[in-house]
Amino acid sequence: MRPNPACHMRFIWKYVKKYARRLFGVMGIKLSGTALELLIPYVMEHLIDHVVPTRQMGQVLLWGAVMVLLAIGVRFLNVNANRLSVRTAKESIFEIRRDLFHAALNLSGSQMDGVGLPSLISRMTSDTYNVQSFIQSIQTIGIRAPIMLIGGIAITLTMDTGLAAILCVMAPIMIALVVFISMKGIPLYDQVQRGMDDIVRVMRENITGIRVVKALSREPREIRRFSQANGETARRDIRAGMIMALPGPIVTLFLNVGLSLVVLLGARRVNDGLTEPGVILAFLTYFNMILMGVMGLNRIFMMLSKANASAKRIAQVAETEADLSPIPETAAAVQKKDGFIVFDHVSFSYDSDSEAADAMSFAGAKRQKCLEDIDFAIPRGGSLGIIGATGAGKTSIVNLLMRFYDPQAGHVFVDGKDVRTYDPDELHRRFGVVFQNDVIFADTIRENISFGRDATDEAIRFAARDAMVQEFVEAYEDDYNHRAVIHGANFSGGQKQRLLIARALAAQPEILVLDDSSSALDYRTDAALRRAIRENHACAATIVIAQRISSIMSLDQIIVLDEGRVIGKGTHEELLSSCPAYRYIHETQMGEGD
Amino acid sequence: MARRDSIMRKPKDSRGALRRMISFLGPFRWLILLVAALCVLSNLLALWGPDLAGHAINEAAAGKGKVDFDKVTYYVYRMLACYVCSSLLTISIHAIMMNVSKRTAKNMRQSVFDKLMRLPVGYFDRNQAGDIISRVSYDIDVISTCMATDVVSILTSTVTVVGSVIMMIRISLPLSAVTLFSVPAAILYPSRMRKITQPRFIRRSKSYGAMNGFVEEMLSGQKTIQAYAYEKRVEEKFDSINSSAAEAYYDADRYGVTIGPTMGSINNMTLALIALLGSVLYMGGHIDLGSISSFVLYSRKFSGPINEIANIINELFSALAAAERVFALLDEKEELSDAENAQVLSHVRGDVALKNVAFGYDGGKTIIHDLTMQAPAGKLVAIVGPTGAGKTTIINLLMRFYDVDSGSITVDGTDVRALTRRSLRGAYAMVLQDTWVFQGTIFDNIAYGKDDATMDEVVAAAKAAHIHPFIMRLPQGYQTVISEDGGNISKGQKQLLTIARAMLYDARMLILDEATSNVDTSTEREIQQAMRRLMEGKTCFVIAHRLSTIQHADLILVLDKGDVVEQGTHEELMRKKGFYYKLYRSQFE
Repeated sequence: MRPNPACHMRFIWKYVKKYARRLFGVMGIKLSGTALELLIPYVMEHLIDHVVPTRQMGQVLLWGAVMVLLAIGVRFLNVNANRLSVRTAKESIFEIRRDLFHAALNLSGSQMDGVGLPSLISRMTSDTYNVQSFIQSIQTIGIRAPIMLIGGIAITLTMDTGLAAILCVMAPIMIALVVFISMKGIPLYDQVQRGMDDIVRVMRENITGIRVVKALSREPREIRRFSQANGETARRDIRAGMIMALPGPIVTLFLNVGLSLVVLLGARRVNDGLTEPGVILAFLTYFNMILMGVMGLNRIFMMLSKANASAKRIAQVAETEADLSPIPETAAAVQKKDGFIVFDHVSFSYDSDSEAADAMSFAGAKRQKCLEDIDFAIPRGGSLGIIGATGAGKTSIVNLLMRFYDPQAGHVFVDGKDVRTYDPDELHRRFGVVFQNDVIFADTIRENISFGRDATDEAIRFAARDAMVQEFVEAYEDDYNHRAVIHGANFSGGQKQRLLIARALAAQPEILVLDDSSSALDYRTDAALRRAIRENHACAATIVIAQRISSIMSLDQIIVLDEGRVIGKGTHEELLSSCPAYRYIHETQMGEGD
Repeated sequence: MARRDSIMRKPKDSRGALRRMISFLGPFRWLILLVAALCVLSNLLALWGPDLAGHAINEAAAGKGKVDFDKVTYYVYRMLACYVCSSLLTISIHAIMMNVSKRTAKNMRQSVFDKLMRLPVGYFDRNQAGDIISRVSYDIDVISTCMATDVVSILTSTVTVVGSVIMMIRISLPLSAVTLFSVPAAILYPSRMRKITQPRFIRRSKSYGAMNGFVEEMLSGQKTIQAYAYEKRVEEKFDSINSSAAEAYYDADRYGVTIGPTMGSINNMTLALIALLGSVLYMGGHIDLGSISSFVLYSRKFSGPINEIANIINELFSALAAAERVFALLDEKEELSDAENAQVLSHVRGDVALKNVAFGYDGGKTIIHDLTMQAPAGKLVAIVGPTGAGKTTIINLLMRFYDVDSGSITVDGTDVRALTRRSLRGAYAMVLQDTWVFQGTIFDNIAYGKDDATMDEVVAAAKAAHIHPFIMRLPQGYQTVISEDGGNISKGQKQLLTIARAMLYDARMLILDEATSNVDTSTEREIQQAMRRLMEGKTCFVIAHRLSTIQHADLILVLDKGDVVEQGTHEELMRKKGFYYKLYRSQFE
């Protein structure tokens, strides 16, 4: 899958387009600035060749003043052009980042798995930075270079078409060369950015796992691991840089060879009386101008290939089709049995066929069938417990229910409608959920509980009370305004879990999902929590995933999962008699009581 | 205002930043000298080329029918040779500098990472991952881009400027007086501008860091955000962070981009001055017109590089600001280095004792007030208590992630502060509630603690941790790549992997902090035997909520609000009918 590499500029253009008028403005200002600047030597020549010999001091001063004025004018124009280009870069990069962040937040589970968090972070940061520098500098050097190139060629053409023919042959070759090498550079920069992803990944792994690394004294190994990623990226960067540094000198050489030919041919033409020696001299000057133009062009292409690689990576995420966008009602499945939440013969595995995952995934992170023929229904206000061995697919059920993934077979319904027909936000607003490795954000406790739903102080207090966290929060002087640090590192594991549960309860959700969310709670707290949920959140349909039977035994219905299949379904009592696996778990856990 | 102060203080520091940046170039000083020499050479060639061309044209100027072609071709051949050499030189200069700059960036990244490995755990609790990462990605990138192109430009420019000034002085000393205006202006103006731009560039770097921190945090909680339809809020917050980053960039570069044109105008003013001064001198009969012309020629040669420097000076300033952030990290206080005559803990018996230990995080409120306990070698010590009682803090102290505020911790009778960290930590194996895997094969993840682990050992550990069957069902078995954020492995499975890791890691002391909290109870029971074997003969510290798992502990420490409220065996504590008794009974309510 390698489309025309240049096409990613379209992505950038999409954002810069709306500043087209300003772009033209910059171009105009830059043009006149360049023109004025070229005037200065002419004025000077005039001053020295024509004014000075007249020995009129007044005239000399006058022309001197003209030069100074021109210098000031040029500065004024260039400063403004530059500032405008910074402004355009600022405004368009703001929007690019906004859209990229928006897309990143809304990636589906499998898309997220495909891109990977470290890569997403480096796209958000290093790639947007590349694009920003590009937008800024292309405007300032992107005008001058072509003017010099075209202007130089045009002037030489009018001077002596015969000699300029040499240029006309060489210019396309040179441009082709620059373009060709730049195209080679694009995939290389792509590799550099991917190396950057690795660097970010290793850093993140070490920052999150610093305790393990230090506990095992693995610092030397981690340093080695980083140094590998680092060295590899530097190697790629050097290779890309080397290739991109080639066109400049090569083009210079070409031009200078051309110049030598001009001298040689020129001498012959002078000898034949076809041209004046002064013309060859002038050619020298204008060749320099053309050379500057080509060099500028080379720099543009250098930036272009880097920005293009980054634009591609940004576009990949920003323009990802939401693969789990709502489907029309007509295409939806019809619910066949009663229930507020219904799983109708659902089968699912994580090895997705999504294109995004293919294009961006790292290793063959495949997994065998994860859920097979899952079938259950929960009435409004009912409750379901899910128990089963590690890796049995418990969490996957939640992933499907909230439509982070779509099942390969079967259908999931909430409130009578296929979940695929819901607008994601509308679907999610019905939920209060605590995931297995859920996060506390660096914000106040209030905001962590309310979480954008504008819960009243009272609701927050009630949620905190039910989650058994009220006492601990209100012990702080600034109670609910107390701030959590990054990843809630200032709270213990159990405190974090209870805050998360408070978050889930705060909006009186229709559906409450607790995925192993009491593992860090002691029994007493867990028991009190269960009671509070039973008493104060009775109308919520509740799904509890747990390791301990005591956490789910009082629920209306329990399913026992084993390797993705339901091997037992019923109430606690029913399962005790019908499901040996359940009985076994029960026995082992009740053994704890002795 | 404190923030204002710190901004005002910065420019002074940046001189240090420059010096330190140069010190990073130290290993490449010979290469840089070589580049400088090559620059001089290529400049000479660049001056010689036009000279040869001039000669050739002079020959051609003989007029119709009188051109001496032998001489013309003679000069043209020399021209060609000169240009080929010059191009080769340029290519080598670029190649060398590309290597130097990227390798310098690499070294800087490595120093930052090495530094991170030496920082105390607390640093990572205080700083956003994204901000730390941004120093390695964004800040160092800025530095390296600047170096790759700018060092060459500065070198070549300096050579040209010096050369031209010499030529100008030779032509006309009085006229060279204009350099008295242009040179100081070209030096003073940028350094004055730096005072204005430097704090802004630093703010720019900082705001990028803050933005990256936010992005990292939010994206790692992406699923939760989706689940609560919280995207709008997060996006609103991001908008404001994004916009302040954009504004910081605009604010810095708005000033930055004036430097180039201003330098250009200083240059043009110089031309005007030359013209004026030249005219005056000419009228006074001190100079002839030809000299003015060639003087102008050289002064224009001089102006090219000044323009060049002017254009890059902006990048240079932003690189300096970025460097400051990198150096700030490099200056962070490290984990106290081991005591001077720190001993290596060897032949560990595993007698651990805490005596009157008091501790609070970073001078915050005291979490542990006065803790005294004994863990004799080979004994199992359980730490129980309600959430937030300070259990994990004890682990932090045992591992010396933090040092006690007062009191002491000893292992085999030696204060842990008198031991090397490496040997102390090496004496513990650890399974934590927060499981951690890195992107790598399952084999590598299990063998993480042991460099020379064989496949058989890894499989044995995986079997003991009851994760082997799962691994075998994966398409690539032990070679399957897993990752921290990937959806291909559940949390419980990760925990089993870390248990296998600990089983493979042979240590005399063991810390289990909720080691099986995410593992289902049947599996937990199945691995129980293996866990017992793992714990056998080792000094074990176990934190568990399921009190049943620690009934056979030799010592149970009951913590509440940072104090040991009770300690003893299960039987003793049950008999006491105190806090532990209540905790225990509550499980069966």
